[in-house]
Amino acid sequence: MAAASTPVDTVGLAEIGRATRRAGRRRQWKAFGLTLPLAAFLLVFFLLPIFGMLQLAVSNAELGEVMPDAAAALGAWDGDGLPDGETARTVAADLRRAFEARALGEVAARLNNEVPGYRSMLMGTARKLPETIEGDALAALADIDPVWREPSLWRLLKRTAAPYTDLYLLQALDLERGAGGDIRRRPAEQAVYLDILWRTLEISLFVTLACLVLAYPLAYKLASLKEKHANLLMIFVLLPFWTSLLVRSAAWIVLLQREGPINDGLIWLGLIDTPLSMVFNRTGVLIAMTHVLLPFMVLPLYAVMRGIPKAHMRAAKSLGAPPFTAFRRVFLPQTLPGIGAGALLVFILSIGYYITPALVGGANDQMISYFIAFFTLQTVNWGMAAALASVLLVAVLALYLVYARVVGIDKVGMG
Amino acid sequence: MRIGTRPLFGALLAAAALVATPALARDLTVTSFGGAYQDAQREVYFEPFTEATGIPLIEDSWNAGIGTLRAKAEGEGTWDVVQVESEELVLGCEEGMFEPLDWQALGGEDAYLDAAVHECGVGTIVWATIMAFDGAKFADGEAPQSWADFFDTGKFPGKRGLRKGPRGTLEFALMGDGVPPEQVYEVLATDEGVDRAFAKLESIKDDLIWWEAGAQPPQLLASGELVMTSAYNGRITAANESDNREFEIAWPAGFIYQIDSLVVMANSPMKEQAMELVAFMSAPENQSKLPAKIPYGPTNKKAIEQVPSEVAPNTPTAPENLEHGVNYDRAFWVDHVEQLNERFNSWAAQ
Repeated sequence: MAAASTPVDTVGLAEIGRATRRAGRRRQWKAFGLTLPLAAFLLVFFLLPIFGMLQLAVSNAELGEVMPDAAAALGAWDGDGLPDGETARTVAADLRRAFEARALGEVAARLNNEVPGYRSMLMGTARKLPETIEGDALAALADIDPVWREPSLWRLLKRTAAPYTDLYLLQALDLERGAGGDIRRRPAEQAVYLDILWRTLEISLFVTLACLVLAYPLAYKLASLKEKHANLLMIFVLLPFWTSLLVRSAAWIVLLQREGPINDGLIWLGLIDTPLSMVFNRTGVLIAMTHVLLPFMVLPLYAVMRGIPKAHMRAAKSLGAPPFTAFRRVFLPQTLPGIGAGALLVFILSIGYYITPALVGGANDQMISYFIAFFTLQTVNWGMAAALASVLLVAVLALYLVYARVVGIDKVGMG
Repeated sequence: MRIGTRPLFGALLAAAALVATPALARDLTVTSFGGAYQDAQREVYFEPFTEATGIPLIEDSWNAGIGTLRAKAEGEGTWDVVQVESEELVLGCEEGMFEPLDWQALGGEDAYLDAAVHECGVGTIVWATIMAFDGAKFADGEAPQSWADFFDTGKFPGKRGLRKGPRGTLEFALMGDGVPPEQVYEVLATDEGVDRAFAKLESIKDDLIWWEAGAQPPQLLASGELVMTSAYNGRITAANESDNREFEIAWPAGFIYQIDSLVVMANSPMKEQAMELVAFMSAPENQSKLPAKIPYGPTNKKAIEQVPSEVAPNTPTAPENLEHGVNYDRAFWVDHVEQLNERFNSWAAQ
């Protein structure tokens, strides 16, 4: 009996096993299906734009799109000295045609990115070009503007005809290509972006630390209160959180200005004789940003601290640990996930700050977003804006990896 | 997130997408810069235009920016007449976004200030970046008179305000260094001129405060943070009227004026009516009514003469003011703004 029944049982077990696996697979597919909308959302609104931005940072399509014949002719030219008459004729004819079609503006702007003044030069040349050029095209161009006899202009045009460029990324790193194509540092008066990147990281780091120092005791106090009282105090933390960023930044200007209440109060107390400069400089930026971002540090810390049973500290003390040792060895380690989460939140948010430094900072306190906005909105140099954004993205990713290594990303949590 | 405070963490995302179906036949659309300015335009131009011609108007407003214009220039147009700033006029015209204007229908080029005439646009207002101070803080005859005074911290101690960035800053530095207003762009086009401007700024670097938004200079003057500042003229007059301030504009010190223009979008389906509106808004009898509502100057020479005498002194185009002004050189700044912005920031970081 037993021997006869065994195969049946095996078949039955195998059947059950298959059914279980099938059900498991179905569950997995269902779960996967449920995440699809989010995945699609992330793809369309997050990954594709980032990809587009990275592409914009190296795109060099202007001349190729607007003047295809000229781009082909320049591509075929060897780039040595001045081009032959036929290449010059093709370029001149395409210039004229693009100008007539009112499409030359983008090419002119592109050249101006490399040599200030070339926008007007190119538009001016195109405006004066005759319908058909008799004889030497190069001479005709040079008659309009002698700069057309410069080999450097023609080399620039050839470079601009290529589909991709590293110009913007190099510029965002304060680098440029020399006449021979070698990479070198930009002159000191144009080399500003690395400085601005460091400044951005420096301000963000300080704000993160300041938030931590201020938020930790506050969160501790909140966590040790009865929930009813804690909620009331929490409102005070969150009220500014719900107030417009602009209003809060403007309020700091009023508070910190030379004849503002803080300076008046300090003078009245006799602590200072002349008003302190606390706004329109780095001090103002740090104060205002710390205030604006404080809730992002308080909330995760509070959440984590709420979850630590009070008995732990009592147990540590009853085992003979002095208060500070008990805090350091029992309480602090348990709040690390909150510190990790809060610090990451505040740091990442600070890095993209724009309007607060613009309003309360001086000329030397603007963060990288200010310049991204400048290139996007004011000069429409999207290549440069994308390059700066890409550099920022890479810097943040690198920092995140270091952070994950040092803090341990599994340790980041909110309780 | 485990938090015992339920009411504090309500989810709050409600996205409502209102998809406007484009109407096949729509009314003529005019787009301007909104706020008090567009309110004044409505009273002076838009409502009287509909009354006179029977053409109904729809208004829209925007914050300038060539990116927005590029989007609007694609496909079937939803904007017809648009007010643009000087750089957008140049760039947009080069990119073919605007319809060339029929200047005969506008009364000919000679009827307008030179700077208001462009192939694609007609100037509609003149506004200025000027030097302002609080008249209440200075005794008679002791107020600053010139940009040289602006840079003289010995004679006038205290902080000065300038706009953050090189535009409308380097020009004033040169004026402060003795360059006559009409020559500033000539000097600024040379490397020595740029060096000279930065050297002048350097001389009072610690006393400079950089403003960002047009609303800041009057506020900073009022709070006593600044003794003098560059500012937009309309903001100063508005502060005097609404907050009873005694701010003064040092017109004779020299100032930079800019012109906002009206353009007709090339993809407008009703260009004829659009041109009619542009002509109406450029007619002297209409233009001259605007300064009483908001202190911007007209561009039509006849309109300038007809501005009521009690408001004329507040406008950049009053003859006694205009002789000290220099037209903002849009071509220079379109070419050089990025380079000089880099230079400005490297200077600020030193």
